[in-house]
Amino acid sequence: MHKRRTILPLRTGLIFLAPASLFIAAFILLPFFWIAGVSFTNRSLTGVTAANPEFVGLKNYLKLFDLSSFLQPGQFGSSLVITGQFVFWSAIVGQAVLGLILAWFFYRRTGWVKESVQTLAIIAWIIPDVVVAFAWSAFLDYDGGTLNWLIGLFGGEKVDWLLGLPLLSIIIFNAWRGAAFSMLLFSSAFGSIPPSYLETADVVGAGAWQRLKDIILPLIRTHIVTDLILITLWTFNTFSPFLLTGGGPAFKTEVVSVLTYRVAFKYFDFGAGSAIGMVMMIINLAFALVYLSLLRRQEGTR
Amino acid sequence: MNVVRHVLGRVGFYVVSSLFAAIFALPLLWLVVAPFSTKANLSVSLPEQWSLSNFARVFANSFAVRALFQNSVIQAVGTMVLVTLLATLAAYALSRAPIRGRDTISYGLVLFSSIVTGTAAMVPIFLLIFRMGLIDTHLGVILVFTGGLLPAAVFIMRDFVDSIPRSYEESALVSGASHWGMFRDIALPIVRPGMMVVGVWTFVNVWGGFLVPFILLRSPGKMPASVAIYSFYTEGGTPIITLTTAYALLYTLPVLALYLFVNWKYGFRFFGGIKS
Amino acid sequence: MAKVTFRSITKQFGSFTAVDDVSFEIEDGEFVCLLGPSGCGKTTTLRMIAGLEQPTEGRILIGDSDVTDAKPKERDIGMVFQDYALFPHMTIAENIAYPLKVRSVNKHDRHERAAEVAKSLQIDQLLERRPGQISGGQQQRASVARAVVHKPRVYLFDEPLSNLDAKLRLEARSYLKHLQRELGVTSVYVTHDQAEAMAMADRVAVMNHGKIVQFGPPLEVYRRPGTTFVANFLGSPPMNLLPVTYSNGAFEAADFSLDAAPFGKELRGVANGTQLTLGIRPEHLRLSTDADHWVLPGAVYAVEPLGPESLVTLRVADALVTARLFSDEPPTQLDGAGFGFDPANIHLFAADGERLTRG
Repeated sequence: MHKRRTILPLRTGLIFLAPASLFIAAFILLPFFWIAGVSFTNRSLTGVTAANPEFVGLKNYLKLFDLSSFLQPGQFGSSLVITGQFVFWSAIVGQAVLGLILAWFFYRRTGWVKESVQTLAIIAWIIPDVVVAFAWSAFLDYDGGTLNWLIGLFGGEKVDWLLGLPLLSIIIFNAWRGAAFSMLLFSSAFGSIPPSYLETADVVGAGAWQRLKDIILPLIRTHIVTDLILITLWTFNTFSPFLLTGGGPAFKTEVVSVLTYRVAFKYFDFGAGSAIGMVMMIINLAFALVYLSLLRRQEGTR
Repeated sequence: MNVVRHVLGRVGFYVVSSLFAAIFALPLLWLVVAPFSTKANLSVSLPEQWSLSNFARVFANSFAVRALFQNSVIQAVGTMVLVTLLATLAAYALSRAPIRGRDTISYGLVLFSSIVTGTAAMVPIFLLIFRMGLIDTHLGVILVFTGGLLPAAVFIMRDFVDSIPRSYEESALVSGASHWGMFRDIALPIVRPGMMVVGVWTFVNVWGGFLVPFILLRSPGKMPASVAIYSFYTEGGTPIITLTTAYALLYTLPVLALYLFVNWKYGFRFFGGIKS
Repeated sequence: MAKVTFRSITKQFGSFTAVDDVSFEIEDGEFVCLLGPSGCGKTTTLRMIAGLEQPTEGRILIGDSDVTDAKPKERDIGMVFQDYALFPHMTIAENIAYPLKVRSVNKHDRHERAAEVAKSLQIDQLLERRPGQISGGQQQRASVARAVVHKPRVYLFDEPLSNLDAKLRLEARSYLKHLQRELGVTSVYVTHDQAEAMAMADRVAVMNHGKIVQFGPPLEVYRRPGTTFVANFLGSPPMNLLPVTYSNGAFEAADFSLDAAPFGKELRGVANGTQLTLGIRPEHLRLSTDADHWVLPGAVYAVEPLGPESLVTLRVADALVTARLFSDEPPTQLDGAGFGFDPANIHLFAADGERLTRG
C-alpha cells in the first residue's frame, strides 16, 4: 500500500517550491548547459573573442587530448594522473581508512578521551580552508616546521616537504583534513548496529577481528559505499591544494580543479577552461551513476 | 594474568589515543601559539612573553577589519538567510504537498549539484554573474553560494521535515487552523532546529569559502576574510606572519563557536553531507 | 451535535482501493467504533470524516450539510490522534486552547475555557507544563481536552489508547466512555482492539478490505457474526472454526462426525458433500463427560491457567480448538479428553465464510 498523507495543497506547495527552483535552475542547470556551449568556442575574458566568440568545434577537446603533449607537466593528461593519485591516496586510503580506524577504535567506548580525540578531528575538518592551509604550510616548513622538528627529535633528516615531496604533502594534508567525515559516518553506521548482534557474536565466541569481518562490515556496506563515493567526489573537486602549493612546483600538484582555474582565469582561455570543466562533470556524473547503481543493487539484495 | 592484561589494555588505549590526538593537534599547534608571540615565525615555540599586540595590529588595519567584520559577515549572513528560508519552504513542500515525483526531484537535485560543482563550473558561473552585472558585488557572491548550497540544504531539511509526524499539522488543521496558520503556528516552530542546523551549515560553508569570492570579487574593499588573509605581505613580498596568524585565529573563532553551539544545543547530529 | 452520513464512499490511493463503496449513517449522539485489522480502511474512513483525505467518489454529510469538499476547519470536529500530536513548543494550556485561538477567542476567555476542560479531565495541575514533561496517560487526556474544548459537533478518535500500557488503557477506556455519554456528542472511534470496541461502542462497524462487513450493536455482532472473519475477529480467544464436510445428515471431519439434525433449517438447500465451517466460542465448550452427546475428541495441546479461568487447547483433526473453563483450578485429568457443547451454540458458515441463516 502506497499512500502518503498530504497536508499542503498542491498549489501552495508549488509556490513554496518556486524560489528555490529558480535559484537551482539559474546556478546549477544553466551553468551545466552553458559550459557545454562555451567549451565549443574560443571565448576569452578580454579582447575580441570576449564579445564575439567563435565556434571552434571540438578544437578545445582535441587540444586537451592531444597525445603528443598529453602527459607533459602542466597538460591535461598529467593533471588527470596527479588527480587520480591524489584522490586514491588521500581520500580512499587516507580519509576512509583513517576514519574507519578512528570509528572502530572508539566504538563502544565513552568518556573524555574519545570526546577529545573526535573533537580534534572534527575541528580539523570544520575550520576554514585557508586557515588550514596556513597552518600546514607552517607545519611542513623546511626550517622551522613542526614536522621537521619532530623528525629531528627522533634523529631523522629534515625533509623539504613542499618542494621535494609536494604531491605527498597535499595527500597527507587532505587525508588529515577530511578524516572526520568518514569517522562520523562510520561511527553513526556502527551505532545503528543493534548491540544484540554483537552480543550474539560474543556469546558464540567470535573474536574482535571476526566480529568486524563477519558482522559489522557486511552490515555497514551501504555506509561504506556512500562514504567512498562522497569523499571521492569531494576530493576530486576540491580546490584546497591550490592554497597549499598553488599547483606547483612545476605543476607537480596541479589537480584538475587547479588546472581549470589556471587555464580560465590566468590564461583567460574560457573555451579550454570550459572543456576541462566539462570533462570534470562527466567524471562526476560517472561517479554519481556508479553510486546510484551500487545503492540500487544493495537494496535489491536486501 | 587478567589484571595484567587489563592494565596493558588501558595503557595501550591511552597510548593509541594520544597518538591520534597528536596527529590532529600538531598541525594546528602553531595556529594557537603563534598569534600570541610578537616574534612569530613558522616554527612552534612558546612565546617568551604572551602578547596581544598581534591582535592590536589586526584591529589597526582597516582593510583587515573590514574584510572580516563587514564583508565576510555580509556574505555569510546573507547567504545563510536566503538558503535557510528557501530550503525550508522547498523542503516543506517536497515533504507535505502532493508533488509528483518528489523523491526523484530531491535525489535529482543532489545528483546534479554533485556534478555541477563550483570548481567544474567556475567558468559559466563567472560568465553568468558577469552577464548579470554583478561582478565585484556582495550580491553576486551571495547568489552563487545560495545556488550552490541550496540542493544539499533542501535535502538535509527535507530529511528533517520527513522525520516530523504529520499528525502535528493534521491536528492543527482539524482544530480549525488555515493552511497558512498551521504553517506559521505549528510547522515552523517544530522545524526550527532543522533550520538552525541548515543555517549554521550554510554560514560555515560561506565563511570558509575561498574560490567563489576569489573569482568574483576584484576590489580589496569587498574581499571577505578568506581572500583578504592572502594580502598581508611586506613591500618586499614576504608574508607578515604575526598579522596573518592573529587574523587566522580571529577568522576561525566564529566557526568554532558555532560548532560548540550546535554541539551543545542539538548534539552534533549527523546529516548526510553536513559539509561539502 | 450531528449525524454523520457516508453515501457510496470510495477512496483510492493510486491503484489501491482503501475504502470500497461504503455507506452508513451514524446517529446523532451515537458512539460508533470502526473495528478491523490494519489496512482495512478504518483509519482512512475516519480521516475522510475529518477532511484530511478526500474521497475518490461519493458524498459525506455532517448534520444536513454536505462537507465532501469542505476543508477540515470548516467541519467543526474534534480529533484525538494515536500519537496525541500535542504541539511540543506549546504548554498544555496553549495546546488545549489552540482550537479557540484559531477561532479568534480572546486570550482570557480561551485560557479560562481550557482550564475548565482540563479540570474536568483532572489535568488542571499540568497546564503550564510542556507535553514532553508529562506522562503518556496525561498526554492522552490533554489531547482529548484539546479535541473537546471548542464543543465540536463530532468527535473523532484514531486509536487513542494504543500507545498506553494495559492498565492505563482500561482506565482511559472507562473515562472516555463516561465523557462521551455525559457530553452526548456523536463519536467515531477507530480501533483494532475488539475488546475496546465491545466495551465502548453503541454500534460496531467491522471492516475488512475496505468494506464494512457487519454493522450493529456489539453484543449482536458478537452473538451472530455474519462471516467467519467477524467471528474470528471478535472475542478473545477468538471463535474456534472447524472445516467439515456435510454428508448424509452429519458433519464429517477426519476425527469426528457430528449429527447435523438440529440444523435442518440452516442446511436447507445444502448439497451432500458441501464444505462448511463450524464455529463455536471457547466459552461454550466444556470438558466432555459420558453424558455428552455432542463431543469434539482431541489430544491435549496446552493448558493455560489464567486465574479465574483456564484455557485448554486440544488438537482436533488438523485444527486447534480452545475452551475457556471457568474454574480457578486448572483441570488435571485430561487423558482421552474431548470438548462437549450444546448444539444451540454452533455457528454455521458456508465455504465462502458467509453465515448460513435459517430459512
